[in-house]
Amino acid sequence: MLTGPNGAGKTNLLEALSLLVPGRGLRRARLTEISRRIASDDPDHVRPWAVAARLEAGEGAFEIGTGLDADGAASGDAARRTVRIDGETARGQSALADRVAALWLTPDMQRLFTDGSSGRRRFLDRLVYAFDPAHAGRISAYERANRERARLLRDAAEARRAADPAWATALEDTMAERGVAIAAARNELLRRLNPACAAGIGPFPAAGLAIDGTVESWLDDAPAVEVEDRFRAALASSRAADGAAGGAVTGPHRSDLAVTHLGRGLPAAQCSTGEQKAVLVSIVLANARLRAADTGSVPLLLLDEIAAHLDGARREALFAEIRALGAQAWMTGTDVALFAPLGNDAAYFTIEDARIVGASIETGTMLQGAFS
Amino acid sequence: MPGTEIERLIQLLARLPGLGPRSARRAALHLIKRRESLLQPLAEALSAAAEAIRVCPVCGNLDVTAPCAICTDERRDPGLICVVEEVADLWALERTAAFAGRYHVLGGTLSALDGRGPEDLNIDTLAGRAADPAVTEIILATSATVEGQTTGHYVAERLAACGVTVTRLAHGVPVGGELDYLDDGTISAALKARRSI
Ligand SMILES: [Zn+2]
Repeated sequence: MLTGPNGAGKTNLLEALSLLVPGRGLRRARLTEISRRIASDDPDHVRPWAVAARLEAGEGAFEIGTGLDADGAASGDAARRTVRIDGETARGQSALADRVAALWLTPDMQRLFTDGSSGRRRFLDRLVYAFDPAHAGRISAYERANRERARLLRDAAEARRAADPAWATALEDTMAERGVAIAAARNELLRRLNPACAAGIGPFPAAGLAIDGTVESWLDDAPAVEVEDRFRAALASSRAADGAAGGAVTGPHRSDLAVTHLGRGLPAAQCSTGEQKAVLVSIVLANARLRAADTGSVPLLLLDEIAAHLDGARREALFAEIRALGAQAWMTGTDVALFAPLGNDAAYFTIEDARIVGASIETGTMLQGAFS
Repeated sequence: MPGTEIERLIQLLARLPGLGPRSARRAALHLIKRRESLLQPLAEALSAAAEAIRVCPVCGNLDVTAPCAICTDERRDPGLICVVEEVADLWALERTAAFAGRYHVLGGTLSALDGRGPEDLNIDTLAGRAADPAVTEIILATSATVEGQTTGHYVAERLAACGVTVTRLAHGVPVGGELDYLDDGTISAALKARRSI
């Protein structure tokens, strides 16, 4: 439990933890943005930064260090996040997915069902990471190939010539191969997650998940190799349109996640804000349960300002479920009284000016490093 | 405030991969303190290297002779050409001593985002070499990154017209793995298990 006034830096700590898995973390911040936030007195100077964590999982303890190193800080926005596991530099962020899973809910996600599809797609893919560590690598390769191809097609259009066909074909091959793997992994997740979500968890609503995506739907009636050829052919025939659109008009990067509140029989977007939040909690808990049953390890749960938007019964049910899962959950809140049902089962840290100023247990010192 | 010569040395060192401004200052001081034993020999080695090193006009390797020692080595099979991205990859393969053919260094990967097209890589010279009937197999050893795979695919497409057999290194290699970072055993295994494309 991290408590403290608004702006004290509670979410910064959750953000640091969210960087232990691939991606841009729970604020979707660029690496240089994080530098600027740390050193706000000198915004033009991009400073290196790092998150260091010691984790314990089934196979024992290990250490993760990740951040922007000196070379990265010098290269500015082109920098890639450095990842070290037990001191060894990993070849990419995907290595993190082999070791750690984390799921988060933030106040911003209240609009997940009503905002554009990209947030829902990322949410869906994070649910997949917890079961399929290779998913993160596939997505970054697919997105890279899509961006490369968009540039290739745009450059050709600007020069009023056709794009080099061998080059475009090479990129489309990568997109088809990875794109179909992404779609198949999403379908597989839903096949397994839907029964768990349909059951509902205590007072949290039962939910039904479906993917609205072209490639995902092709997989319903054809084997993956055939879908790959079909997607490859679709890409090859839509080069002009894709060039004009700045990216492929069809593909798993355009898919959407459709969520239904089963009790009400309504799309989640049409439910009240409170119910939408409860549906999200329901999906995250079902996913954590499924992973625990599957791998024996529970994802880290990062729950930002979660208690404020749940009623008393749901708060207690959430805490009970976290206990039952044996999950390590990091929760923030301004009002410590809302967490009273946790009693002595939780460690409480008070945060002010981005520092821990009070802790209910001695191990609080383990957190000091995260801020210094 | 360091003098101009020292400042210049630090600035140049800071451009080396892996050295930030702080480590560049440390390296500069280290060199200056060892003027006789390190700084002067290094200066001479750098100047001799700048003078003597040539890019092989056949394969793109770096050597003091042109063509390079590998291209002129009679014991190496002229029928096998292994295509790599960078000279560092050629060195990595040579360390394993598992490959007895010759090389072709592309000089990078295709990247539309970075403005590197086929004309910026040594692809035309490779097509020229592949057209020689003495060449029986071209092995693509580009990395498993998106750019490496795209480049390998592109090269295979361009070589299709030559009728030469094109194979790909079986990457028992994580995605994003590049040859220079792999251990020798992994590379020789990947070389043995190459497959036709
Ligand atoms: Zn040569």
